[in-house]
Amino acid sequence: MNNAEAPLLRVDNLEKRFEIGGRLLAAAKTVRAVDDVSFAINKGETLGLVGESGCGKTTVGRLVLRLIEPTAGEITFDGTDLKSLQPAEMRAMRRDLQIIFQDPLGALNPRMSVGELIIEPMVIHGIGTPAERYRRLGELLNLVGLARYHAGRFPHEFSGGQRQRICIARALALNPRFIVCDEAASALDVSIQAQILNLLQDLKAELDLTYLFISHDLGVIRHISDRVMVMYLGKVVEYGDKQQIFERPAHPYTIALLRSAPARHKGKTRYRAIAGDLPSPFDPPPGCPFHSRCPIAREICTSTPPPLSPVAGGTHQAACHFAGEMTL
Amino acid sequence: MIVYDISMIDGAETVPERSAGAERSTRQPAGGPVAQSDTAAPPLLEVRNLKVAFGAVPVVSGVSFTVHQGEVVGIVGESGSGKSVSALALMRLLPRHAHISAERMNFCGEDLLSADRRRYEQLRGADIAMIFQEPMTALNPVLTVGEQIAETLRRHERLGRRQARARAIDALARVGIPAPARRVDDYPHQMSGGMRQRAMIAMALACQPRVLIADEPTTALDVTIQAQILELLQDLQEEFQMGTVMITHDLGVVSSFADRVMIMYAGQVVEDASAAQAFASPKHPYTEGLLASIPLSQSDVDRLYAIPGAVPPPFDLPPGCRFEPRCAASRPPCREARPVLYPCGDDHRVACIRPTGYVFPDRGECNE
Repeated sequence: MNNAEAPLLRVDNLEKRFEIGGRLLAAAKTVRAVDDVSFAINKGETLGLVGESGCGKTTVGRLVLRLIEPTAGEITFDGTDLKSLQPAEMRAMRRDLQIIFQDPLGALNPRMSVGELIIEPMVIHGIGTPAERYRRLGELLNLVGLARYHAGRFPHEFSGGQRQRICIARALALNPRFIVCDEAASALDVSIQAQILNLLQDLKAELDLTYLFISHDLGVIRHISDRVMVMYLGKVVEYGDKQQIFERPAHPYTIALLRSAPARHKGKTRYRAIAGDLPSPFDPPPGCPFHSRCPIAREICTSTPPPLSPVAGGTHQAACHFAGEMTL
Repeated sequence: MIVYDISMIDGAETVPERSAGAERSTRQPAGGPVAQSDTAAPPLLEVRNLKVAFGAVPVVSGVSFTVHQGEVVGIVGESGSGKSVSALALMRLLPRHAHISAERMNFCGEDLLSADRRRYEQLRGADIAMIFQEPMTALNPVLTVGEQIAETLRRHERLGRRQARARAIDALARVGIPAPARRVDDYPHQMSGGMRQRAMIAMALACQPRVLIADEPTTALDVTIQAQILELLQDLQEEFQMGTVMITHDLGVVSSFADRVMIMYAGQVVEDASAAQAFASPKHPYTEGLLASIPLSQSDVDRLYAIPGAVPPPFDLPPGCRFEPRCAASRPPCREARPVLYPCGDDHRVACIRPTGYVFPDRGECNE
């Protein structure tokens, strides 16, 4: 129904404001958790979303699935405007849009067996007969590297890595086309993290999936993404192909992030950290949100917020008045 | 071998034995004589064959390391490898049912195994300080950070209230907290994560300890804040020439920070080398696997190497090499006995028989 170029998911000017406090005499404070975020993900692509705590990356993931309602903006999935859908329609739509969370134990009902947990989405959406669901359960367990006998066990009997496999099987139960992976491998030890990342990549190839992959870990983002979006205090500061972001970053914040990541092969090195704390999202700096920590900030940065604009033409974009002035 | 049962501590006063080193409980002033790292001065910390068991379950089996003045030793491992328990055993901060034994556990030549509870109270916080992963739980939420830093100074240096407060402000200034005279009255919840970690470092370093044990000091922090804290720790390390033990799961942090690295797996040290050696030419299959399984922000790989399986639980360890069931290079002899650390090249030791052609070098413990 679509022409070949239309992205599978398209997000335009997404915005989410949270009202905090506001009781009796105290005025409510407004936090712009997500401020004017736009991106598009093509079918079969992985968009990596990276940033530090409080940058709004998790909120973006939830807004896309309408797990929380956006304040403004458009979300278009395969030609359908998700914001216009009625609750029942949205529920049906969620067969195509799934999410995997960071903490698998928190995401799994401890009183349900693994089999029940994986079958539950099919029951809710009324898919298949019991026999068909049971057959599908076997397929799913096999797909994520678990054995059929695991179906009768409970989440607490599994290790962290296996629990994440259960969550993945559950997310795959309805044959989704798009999955938000929210720090899906971050809570795991490195040797297990590699297993889960490889599994997610295999599943993507095998099942023709599209991912929005959210992580604070730059190495993981580089490894798994085709394109990368860097967020800071609710805003997109840089957006581009993986190679552009990691090899030729244009925004001082992206450069600071990459310089902060410990390099393993350099041996003992002195850290040269950027100064300052993350500003409070209640009280973001005027102008460019990064100017309070930016080594190349000038007068204009304190007053005028820089728009996201193309760097050296093409698809690479950065929100900096002096994009490209610093190099990695 | 001295077997020390931690449940004795609270019986306490029945162990009057003090070793000679206990005399130097008065602190040397800052900038005091910086001992040459020649062989004459005893190392700050010397641990030989440390074992810890909870009941019948061994969680640390035979950890040995030495820390000299100005040296940073990194202990790396995944969860359950025994890295934190080793440090807590050294600090004697484990619960009563922990059974600790060692051939030797010395601080500046003083035997820690026979030190009593009172001696440990003198040492902890004054000579040997520790910083923890989560400053929000390690700091007392109902006391201001200033009170908590002052408490250490009042206790160990017998300072008066006013003096201790002034020193606490100095300590906060030294760790880069802006407006320290004002922040000294903040409660922990009023600070950001990075500031809290700075406050905890200020507390640990207030009495100028000779040994600092940092247990995952940056794990809970964002990357730009992590870089700030590591930069601060590097500055302080250079300034005070402490012996530092850095415990972490992050190989990147260790490689950029430590002089020497020990890789732990299932309660055992499997590789012990200079940081440069351990990362440039790892000898243990586990170290190799770990390095290949971590995606880097500096380079691309097509596919990560994933070590198959999972870490065995401490109550169900394989009889031979503990890594054998997951090891890509395993051979039948690996299942026969557990390899201990064998010398393998210059200043490099590895608990693996692959470098010797799958022959156990001596079937015995390897002590230098």
